[in-house]
Amino acid sequence: MNYYLSEELNDLKDLCAKIAEKYILPVRAELDEENRFPREIIKVMADSDLNGIYIPEEYGGVAEMFGGGSMALTVATEELSKACGGVAVSYAANALGAMPILISGSEEQKKKYLPDLASGKKLAAFALTESEAGSDAGGVKTKAVKDGDSYVLNGTKQWITNGGEAQIYTVIAQTDPSRGTRGLSAFIVEEGTPGFSYGKKEDKMGIRASSTMELIFEDCRVPAENLIAREGHGFLVAMKTLNKSRPGVAAQALGIAQGALDEAAKYASERVQFGQRIDSFQGIQFMLADMATQVEAARALVYSASRMIDAGERKYEKESAMAKVFASDVAMKVTTDAVQILGGYGYMKEYPVEKMMRDAKITQIYEGTNQIQRSVIASALIKETAAKGK
Amino acid sequence: MRIVVAVKQVPDTAEVRIDEERGTLVREGVPSILNPFDEYALEEAMRWRDELGGTVTVMTMGPPQAEAVLREAVSMGADEAVLLSDRAFAGADTWATSHTLAKAVEKMGDVDIVMTGKQAIDGDTAQTGPSIAASLDWPQITFVGFVRELNHESIVAERYVEGGCEVIRASLPVVITVLKDANTPRLPSLRGKMKSRKIEIPVWGREDLELPEHEVGLDGSPTRVVKITTPELISNGEIHHGEPEKLAKLLVDSLLGSEEQ
Repeated sequence: MNYYLSEELNDLKDLCAKIAEKYILPVRAELDEENRFPREIIKVMADSDLNGIYIPEEYGGVAEMFGGGSMALTVATEELSKACGGVAVSYAANALGAMPILISGSEEQKKKYLPDLASGKKLAAFALTESEAGSDAGGVKTKAVKDGDSYVLNGTKQWITNGGEAQIYTVIAQTDPSRGTRGLSAFIVEEGTPGFSYGKKEDKMGIRASSTMELIFEDCRVPAENLIAREGHGFLVAMKTLNKSRPGVAAQALGIAQGALDEAAKYASERVQFGQRIDSFQGIQFMLADMATQVEAARALVYSASRMIDAGERKYEKESAMAKVFASDVAMKVTTDAVQILGGYGYMKEYPVEKMMRDAKITQIYEGTNQIQRSVIASALIKETAAKGK
Repeated sequence: MRIVVAVKQVPDTAEVRIDEERGTLVREGVPSILNPFDEYALEEAMRWRDELGGTVTVMTMGPPQAEAVLREAVSMGADEAVLLSDRAFAGADTWATSHTLAKAVEKMGDVDIVMTGKQAIDGDTAQTGPSIAASLDWPQITFVGFVRELNHESIVAERYVEGGCEVIRASLPVVITVLKDANTPRLPSLRGKMKSRKIEIPVWGREDLELPEHEVGLDGSPTRVVKITTPELISNGEIHHGEPEKLAKLLVDSLLGSEEQ
């Protein structure tokens, strides 16, 4: 299908395909096996300006080249994810970490932090989740107490993507526990700040090239100027960030699905059983046809959501959630079917589809579980219906 | 430091087809790329520019569409590009080509180094680099696998040859041809791609280079391709079947027998 990407987006896609072919494909199985963060590949991406595609020129990025950053991030993440969902999320998590500063940061914060993120000199991570605060952000226990011209942070963040690898963290903490989500605030915390350390590195089912770590804050003193927006605005900052970043996860799911479909179609054209290529059997043909149709439908939704954001639409939480839900469910289905088409070989680590199936699962869980996404969609729908009734 | 990299647009295939009647390469239907060996020359040039300052200019001689490889080189980080294109240049052999390239280097003026790949994957002659040096009357180091030192006066490079490595010091200006051992070429950057779309590439013809007609193109080529053919695969192999012991004896006898002849 032709998506009529601009010349610039096509260049970006080609560049990501080259990086995937030259740097990711040869090592993806190794990175997965060894649970190893792909620092060298992240460096190659940064040198190609990929870290700046969602950051405006005035802060060192190249977002204007693409008429905004959402579609660019989607195209890049999709292309990288075809080769490896773990490498791709390590790249895309930078955008998630930078987003709170981009969306709600002050001019000084933008000038101070964004140029190093755009050049790839530094990496970013976003820290919201805790052991008792997953879908329910109101459960955040990490406290930030104002003391003079600084805030003192205490608590532990869990499952932070790019944890231990990033230098700049945007952290959601409680400044007024009595107010629930309205008592949350967002802070920028730099690596090396006294009282800030890393906990255990998680051993995951999939996306094993990515780093997932605990962040520990023990009397960690952060300058008051590192508060993003205002006290009590943390939940809003987090929601705006996630609404905008969700097409990125959707693009990751989409890329994983496309990668699995490509492998399955190729295998089916080569594998001979009963004296015929297995893609001559209708049972396999129908599976491939459904997989291809689902992937195209997911792409149409993900691209539409990203284009809405780039076009300057103010409300896109519903579409962004729909893209994430649909693409990640498609990724799970398509990768599972790809393993089925490859049969016994599909279950073996010598072939890439079992990894794709493991990688796909997380896309239904993180950046808001698919159940939470459905709640978001339903609540938007109910509001729209109520508005029509008036 | 002003470095010029001579590049070539080549067909994207290791199996070049030949038009036997005309004695030329069939280019129709084959996508064109930047000669892979030239990428190492370009990377080497950009590395030293990044370290010492200066500019990297890419140049190629070819039809107007050869501009594409210059734009690709700019997307990877070259600063400037020049296309040498003129109907009069058509049919040039390696002598006429390198003579034309050398004239362009002279026209640019203050060039310190000309770098190029060890050879092009289509013609495979490896003559153009050395011949540019001869035409300019500059020193040359071919088959460079590693550049040890480079400053504004001289270069020290390792030349990988069969059975060893020669370390050569040469004064500047100099021509070097680069092997793939030298580096890993970088990928294009998005800023580079943007620049490559916008950059204006001057086109220099025969008159711009003040070259007489008899020194360019077919007229300026002392060599003629008389005939190009694909060698026939001649197989005189024999296949024997039987017990390993018998086969081993047969093999030994036949090898020893042929030695005695």
